[in-house]
Amino acid sequence: MCRLFAITSDKPLSPMKAIEALDVMREGHDGSGVGLFLRDMGGPFENMKDAPIMSGVFSEKGLRLLDTFMMEIGFMTKYKLSIKTPKTPPHGTPKRDIYLIRAYEYPEEWDGLSRKELHERLLIIKLQLREMGEEKKDMIVFSFWPDTIMIKEIGSPMDVANYLKFDRSELKARIIMAQGRQNTNYEINLYACHPFFIQGFSTMTNGENTAFIPIREYLTSRGFHGYMGYQSDSEVFTHILHYISAKLGLGIEAYKHIITPLQNEDLKDHPSAFFLKQLKHSCRRLIIDGPNCVIGCLPNNTIFMAQDRKKLRPGVVGGNQGVFAFSSEICGLDAALPDRDKSKDFQPMHLDTAIVSPERQEVKICRQTDQLSLPL
Amino acid sequence: MSSNRPIVPSTLSVKDLPWQIIWDKDKCTLCGKCTAICPVNAIELGVFRKRTIETSMGLESAPSNDFKIYYGIRQKTDPAYSCVGCAMCNLVCPNDAIIPAKSDEADKLRFHINQGGQPQRRGGRRGVPGSLLDMIKFIRISMLTDPALDAGRHEFELTTLLGRILSPEENLSFLNENGWIPPVREIYPLMIGGMSFGALSPNMWEGLQLGVSYLNEELSMPVRICTGEGGCPPRLLRSRFLKYVILQIASGYFGWDEIIHALPDMKEDPCAIEIKYGQGAKPGDGGLLMWYKVNKLIAAIRGVPRGVNLLSPPTHQTQYSIEESVAKMIQSMSMAWGFRVPIYPKISATSTALAVLNNLTRNPYAAGLAIDGEDGGTGAAYNVSMNHMGHPIASNIRDAYLNLVKIGMQNEIPLIAGGGIGKNGNLAANAAALIMLGASCVQIGKYIMQAAAGCLGSETNRCNICNIGLCPKGITSQDPRLYRRLDVDEVAQRVVDVFLSFDTELKKIVAPLGRSTSLPIGMSDAIGINDYNAANRLDIKYVV
Repeated sequence: MCRLFAITSDKPLSPMKAIEALDVMREGHDGSGVGLFLRDMGGPFENMKDAPIMSGVFSEKGLRLLDTFMMEIGFMTKYKLSIKTPKTPPHGTPKRDIYLIRAYEYPEEWDGLSRKELHERLLIIKLQLREMGEEKKDMIVFSFWPDTIMIKEIGSPMDVANYLKFDRSELKARIIMAQGRQNTNYEINLYACHPFFIQGFSTMTNGENTAFIPIREYLTSRGFHGYMGYQSDSEVFTHILHYISAKLGLGIEAYKHIITPLQNEDLKDHPSAFFLKQLKHSCRRLIIDGPNCVIGCLPNNTIFMAQDRKKLRPGVVGGNQGVFAFSSEICGLDAALPDRDKSKDFQPMHLDTAIVSPERQEVKICRQTDQLSLPL
Repeated sequence: MSSNRPIVPSTLSVKDLPWQIIWDKDKCTLCGKCTAICPVNAIELGVFRKRTIETSMGLESAPSNDFKIYYGIRQKTDPAYSCVGCAMCNLVCPNDAIIPAKSDEADKLRFHINQGGQPQRRGGRRGVPGSLLDMIKFIRISMLTDPALDAGRHEFELTTLLGRILSPEENLSFLNENGWIPPVREIYPLMIGGMSFGALSPNMWEGLQLGVSYLNEELSMPVRICTGEGGCPPRLLRSRFLKYVILQIASGYFGWDEIIHALPDMKEDPCAIEIKYGQGAKPGDGGLLMWYKVNKLIAAIRGVPRGVNLLSPPTHQTQYSIEESVAKMIQSMSMAWGFRVPIYPKISATSTALAVLNNLTRNPYAAGLAIDGEDGGTGAAYNVSMNHMGHPIASNIRDAYLNLVKIGMQNEIPLIAGGGIGKNGNLAANAAALIMLGASCVQIGKYIMQAAAGCLGSETNRCNICNIGLCPKGITSQDPRLYRRLDVDEVAQRVVDVFLSFDTELKKIVAPLGRSTSLPIGMSDAIGINDYNAANRLDIKYVV
């Protein structure tokens, strides 16, 4: 079972913090890959919060294609983080030409576009590049979004981190999500690696989503171009989050009501019973059937953890004011935040969503049986 | 047959019949129970002459003849009285002296059951035993990362929805604007399909209703039953149990006068209204209740004279086209119940089902679509309709579901599958297969008759005489001498048994697939079949 770790901190941290936590949880992953999501960047990216950052893996030829493509649209490179790798990659990691992390200046013609339009265009560009790279596998794009960096690679997390020098000073973020992979497929496709990303929303998961096929069918039939890919059954968690937030305007408190709605018995006397019943009916095809632990990040830098109805996956959240971490196992939390008040550690159960807002003051536990603050 | 009797073209021997009565003279007590119970008078008291030649050893006395008479059972060979193989004779025989045996070759009777130019009519089902649904296996067993669940101890929520469900966007905006939110019922995914009061005997009907009420009231299983086209007894219409009933309206509108008049007195809304446009057993043909069964009670409930054939037209006569018919009927029914009751059409499975479905997707009042496959049963139909008309349910449901997926409305219009579910006894497996192919709910008829009341009918032409009111078990008869054989409470008990065992089996299917939080509608990755073409056609895995 994959291991998950996420941290949100007032002070920018090195991704090594998360890698070290994954490393103590290594019993649970087989070193078949690591995925990293960085948000609310520090370092050189601190002063370019609005600049979209391209994250991906490219071949030399793919990079040339990217440059031509981006230049044609009018994007100018603002800053790039060069990752020079040693000649020999660690065992199991393929040799790649370029790990790209590059911040862009928007084209001049885009000045004055609404935020919504801007977000649409960024997604379209990401999808176009993904499609262009599909045939020859010379471009793999993880994200193209402001203040967001993603890195995914096959291999043991610690080896990959050393190989790609994650401890460099330029790479620091206030929000870090990392997944250590337990491979369940023979061939590893980087698009199947967590965390997944769409328009500012990112989630990572462990476990298996047994209702994957009907959910995939439902999402792809929403008529939204971003709902594609699905090399992994877990990608639907990110898209469901995006759907209920961006398309339905619901808050994170509603997420669990969508993926694992309350049973009728619990709904009967619920203060928001009527609304929740409606939601349960109209979003029925988005019900997951776990077991899954989902950790995710919203565009406003809120991070959360939710468990499925069966609660068969471990997950714990803890920390102190200013820094909180979410981890598959307590040993991961201990490695990252040994000085926290352990009495306040919390393991979300089948009704809970643990939420840490960008202010990082406390862990808010949202229980499904509580009244739901409605967006209406 | 005497040697001087003429042979006519339809003169048959016992060997030519589909069933031969095997009778054992030594065991027979001549009690006469078998001839009394035979629903079709296929057997009668026979007086047999027997010659025995007595020869003595030696030459003192000449051989002599001994002529004796004995009594026994004689099987009639007149096509009108041919044995239907129900084996009631065997059931009542105190000594097991009699049993019908299936002919070892195709019978010749089939060429002669059209005397007077009247083709064969019968009740029952399609005369084909096999079932594609039985070939579907559940292959996606949860093993490691998602452990299989404990069917006995885990919590399951396996209800389904009946009614027009809004898209999430519409739902939220309607909630906000106080818009009309269509009625939606949460029901058990196994429903008892439309079998009319008239087609079924009063005892059978009451037993089913009683069983369904018990399941709801005592066991909290929201099981629903459809009335079929024959109206509904006035007392039920005015009772709180009406909420467990789906009222069917079909092209004959039988019983609807009574229903409309009961509207002001209804304590509860019915679960839903099913508008029948077609049924799987006799697609494109109207309902048929033969005169034998139209007695005083049936005539009163249906609002018709006694003793006449009740034929519903193949289509609803008051409307101009199917589109208008569906739209107007849904509209009128919705208005009659103040838009509080889901209204959905039922059609026979057909290669044109998608046209109907597309129509419904554009009608915001349509609450679902029931599709009845070729293996559906009936109380009465022409043999040719039953055996040769219609479309298999599996591919029709799959096409309909994938079509809804294509336009993104798979959650909005529930599909109800019927026709041949459990025809070989595999009720839960067949139902689960159809659900994973895309059905939201399945309907059964013959299965519940067999399991809850001991119906003797089979796909190999046993009994199947539901049409003439002579059902030897009293299930489809209106003759009190026959239906008193059926105890209402016993039927109800068996209905409960069937649903409880189905529930356990359904859990035994979904739990190993790792599903418990919702009914696995459209979980096509969970199923496979060892027929390559069928796998391609259904877009599921081919497994060998």
